[in-house]
Amino acid sequence: MTSNNTPVLEVRDLRVTFPSESGAVRAVRGIDFSLRSGETLAIVGESGSGKSVTATSVLGLLPTSAQVTGSVLLEGRELLGLSDTEMSKIRGKDIGMVFQDPLSALTPVYSIGTQLMEALQIHQNLSKQAARARALELLELVGIPDPKRRIDAFPHEFSGGMRQRAVIAMAIANDPKVIIADEPTTALDVTIQAQVLEVLKTAQEVTGAAILMITHDLGVVAGMADNVTVMYAGRPVEAGTAEGVFYEPHMPYTIGLLSAVPRLDKTERKALTPLEGNPPSMVKLPKGCPFAARCPIAVDICREQEPRLVDVAAVPGLQSACHRAAEIGNGDLAREGMFPTPELSEWEGESDRASRPEVLRVENLIKHFPLTKGAVFKRRVGTVKAVDGLTFDIREGETFALVGESGCGKTTTLLEILDLPRKQEGSVVVLGKETKTLTGKDRRGIRRDLQVVFQDPMASLDARMPVGDVLAEPLRAHGWSKEKIQARVPELLSLVGLLPEHAERFPTEFSGGQRQRIGIARALALDPKLIVLDEPVSALDVSIQAGVINLLDELKVKLGLSYLFVAHDLSVIRHIADRVAVMYLGRIVESGDAEAVFESPSHPYTQALLSAVPLPDPRKERERQRILLTGDLPSPADVPSGCRFRTRCPKFVGLTEGEAERCRTEDPASTAMAADHSAACHYAAALEVV
Amino acid sequence: MGRGMGRFLLKRAINYLILTFIASTGVYFLASYCLEPAMNLLSRHPRPPMSSVYSVLASQNLDPRVPVVERYWTWLTQILFHGNFGTMIDGGSVNAEMGRRIFVSTELLLLSTLIGSITGVMLGAWNALRQYRPSDRISTIVSYAIIAMPVPVIGITLRTIDNWMGSPIQYTGLDDPNAHGVVAVVLSNMQHLILPTLTLWLVQVTLFSRYQRSTMLDVLNADFLRTARAKGLPFRKAIVKHGLRTAVIPVMPLLVYNIVLLFVGATFTEKLFGWHGMGEWTVDTITTNDINSVAAIGVFTSVLVLIAGLLSDLVYAALDPRVRV
Repeated sequence: MTSNNTPVLEVRDLRVTFPSESGAVRAVRGIDFSLRSGETLAIVGESGSGKSVTATSVLGLLPTSAQVTGSVLLEGRELLGLSDTEMSKIRGKDIGMVFQDPLSALTPVYSIGTQLMEALQIHQNLSKQAARARALELLELVGIPDPKRRIDAFPHEFSGGMRQRAVIAMAIANDPKVIIADEPTTALDVTIQAQVLEVLKTAQEVTGAAILMITHDLGVVAGMADNVTVMYAGRPVEAGTAEGVFYEPHMPYTIGLLSAVPRLDKTERKALTPLEGNPPSMVKLPKGCPFAARCPIAVDICREQEPRLVDVAAVPGLQSACHRAAEIGNGDLAREGMFPTPELSEWEGESDRASRPEVLRVENLIKHFPLTKGAVFKRRVGTVKAVDGLTFDIREGETFALVGESGCGKTTTLLEILDLPRKQEGSVVVLGKETKTLTGKDRRGIRRDLQVVFQDPMASLDARMPVGDVLAEPLRAHGWSKEKIQARVPELLSLVGLLPEHAERFPTEFSGGQRQRIGIARALALDPKLIVLDEPVSALDVSIQAGVINLLDELKVKLGLSYLFVAHDLSVIRHIADRVAVMYLGRIVESGDAEAVFESPSHPYTQALLSAVPLPDPRKERERQRILLTGDLPSPADVPSGCRFRTRCPKFVGLTEGEAERCRTEDPASTAMAADHSAACHYAAALEVV
Repeated sequence: MGRGMGRFLLKRAINYLILTFIASTGVYFLASYCLEPAMNLLSRHPRPPMSSVYSVLASQNLDPRVPVVERYWTWLTQILFHGNFGTMIDGGSVNAEMGRRIFVSTELLLLSTLIGSITGVMLGAWNALRQYRPSDRISTIVSYAIIAMPVPVIGITLRTIDNWMGSPIQYTGLDDPNAHGVVAVVLSNMQHLILPTLTLWLVQVTLFSRYQRSTMLDVLNADFLRTARAKGLPFRKAIVKHGLRTAVIPVMPLLVYNIVLLFVGATFTEKLFGWHGMGEWTVDTITTNDINSVAAIGVFTSVLVLIAGLLSDLVYAALDPRVRV
């Protein structure tokens, strides 16, 4: 690491205010940081904490209505107050930027090459040929396979991961001094995230740039950052080296955030530690410490005076903003247990799996979509094998999780089951009833027992319906009387931790976590037996997520529910699932007892998936050896012969020719590894990866 | 692009040809059932005898005693094998009249549609950039006022203003019949273009700018625009090169269809300003029970739809790589 002592980027007392109809939004209320060459600083915080606004204001890309004060110095030169023309000479040249959503970050009508060459030619006097040659070099550097062929491709012909690589190529095109990465991997799958983070590290090595990384993912921070700044309500509340912040935090918010994260490396099964409450409104900030309302150790002074960010004597380089930092530091206030962890209720039913009744049995489920061509006369040119022979069962009181990258068929599986299919190959049996043979009344009955909770808590609730009506709707549809409904609605609200009077309000008046609770209450309305959960917490902030996961765990025991849980976040799954199935290209490649699958993953895909998940622990993270998968998920319309994972398999590479031949020709069947653990790999062998 | 595109267009063209055939057949039958050319002859003084009425009509393939299917067949084969659209009710050639009128309409519309499209897109984009500022609010109010106004009201208002100012601009007909010499005729012709062009321009610019404004607003908050600026493109350049370039795509089909179909739709403007173009003809032929001319206009209109469809596909494919196969 090339680090000299003068910082390339210095931010002093940066403040950003936006006018709004309800008053001035003080999005950033004074932040200082400096960045040296080759160094990575991560700004962590939840949505609305002001982290993205901070990054955007460094680039001068905030809307013109924003009032920005303070100082942003790039190698001693003040950037605030520069005109757009002057800033344009700095953007893309001295400061490169990588954005969150690679799918929308590239102009759809220009080829990747054109956009990359544009980035070069704005700042350098290059001929077209020279720019193209340099663009090819850059694409090679960020790991685009066959750049000569791909350079003329359009963004829609690239996968998300590939697009993010292209965006990184653009950001480093002119050897910037600073790279700002705003949630660069949030929209990507874990295996692709691992690849893109590697590319960012390579880019940093090649350019020697400083990276300012904005993220909410503490795992990513632990693996990438030298220094960390934690933001809350527009201000840094803790700042220091990654080790200092992760191991010796002196601010309760940081402590709470770290304990709320479900961790892949925690084997003990217990409730998560939620951070109750919501961040304050940035329009009307309460007096005192903005975190006081959610802080378990708040005292009178916290409600009177906002603490300043001051050096913590005991930990070099660490600064914290807490009135009680000293007590936390000297151990008078223990970090462990500072936030109350609820007791996890125990399942009281039959513990032996085999003797519990089956709630759902899926056998050889297949969903193929025809791929057609032609506007008038459609002809079939191929088949998208979205789900290609899936078998699993869920027993009463069980949480069964389906994991896999986007495009592996998990959502199609859910939709197929919810559809209660009549004609199809294989069979779906819900509560002992084969869906194929069900008619009218029985189908209605099954619908009552099978409910769903969706990913996006905003989009799945009708914004024009009061919450009470949202909850009453399924009841009315099933012919409940008015009196019974009136009694049921407040009951449901209190069941999910909301207040009965909330029935009068509209969904927009609730925070994301509360809305998801409403979604859960709606699913519970008819006393179902099985609830299908489609990424129920992926849209929520970490501190909120913990509360919702705990609620799900609690409801399961209390109401004797079973869950079919679909998620891409393996840490969440490790926390909540009893049994797991890992999907790849429409098939289950490994399944079984969650403990067994996570402790001794036996399929190379599961191993790669688990090893790609970053841990919120800087020391562990630095020591870990990652199994990096190459490339993207193949198209389900063009499934490889033999074992469908072989094109990306890290194990396949090390096989002898004879062994490899088997992978190419023979589709591996699922073989038992242990009592409740099986994997579909010819050469399955357990490996510890976390 | 390339071969895939060619095949795609060929397939489209065949589809459109079938549509054109069906549409013009429909128009012929409809006109034959609804219009009574015999009335034109019977209302003359002195009233001609039935036998001569029939013989005149028969000479124009309009004899009501011949089954309509047979008349249709004659009409169709005449067009397909001789390119002959028959005769007008007054005995003139439909082909000649249509040729003359297409030329008149083209002259009238070419300028206004070109200016209308370009200024409409520009005004819409500009309004979007200045959303909710006074200029945008005023544009919005004026646009809706004009969109709500029937075309004759706009045309007559312009004429009235011109008269009130002492008629600095002449407007009746293609040119001043008193003008002599090529230069004088051309100049007079251009002067006569001003008011009808202005009328048509007002109608188009307001409509197009509304659409462009809303597609531009969608794009203004797009991530890729932020990427373009983060690369170092100054605001204005990023807006034009990345923003407007993407935002015109969805407006294109509307633009193309509007422009092309205006060739038969500028009825009021042509009537008001005495331009004997296709729009005027459409109305006139219906009121004079001129079946052959009405059917010819039907063919012409459906060909226009065909051209508009193909053109809009082409323009769309040229602008948006995502639809190229």
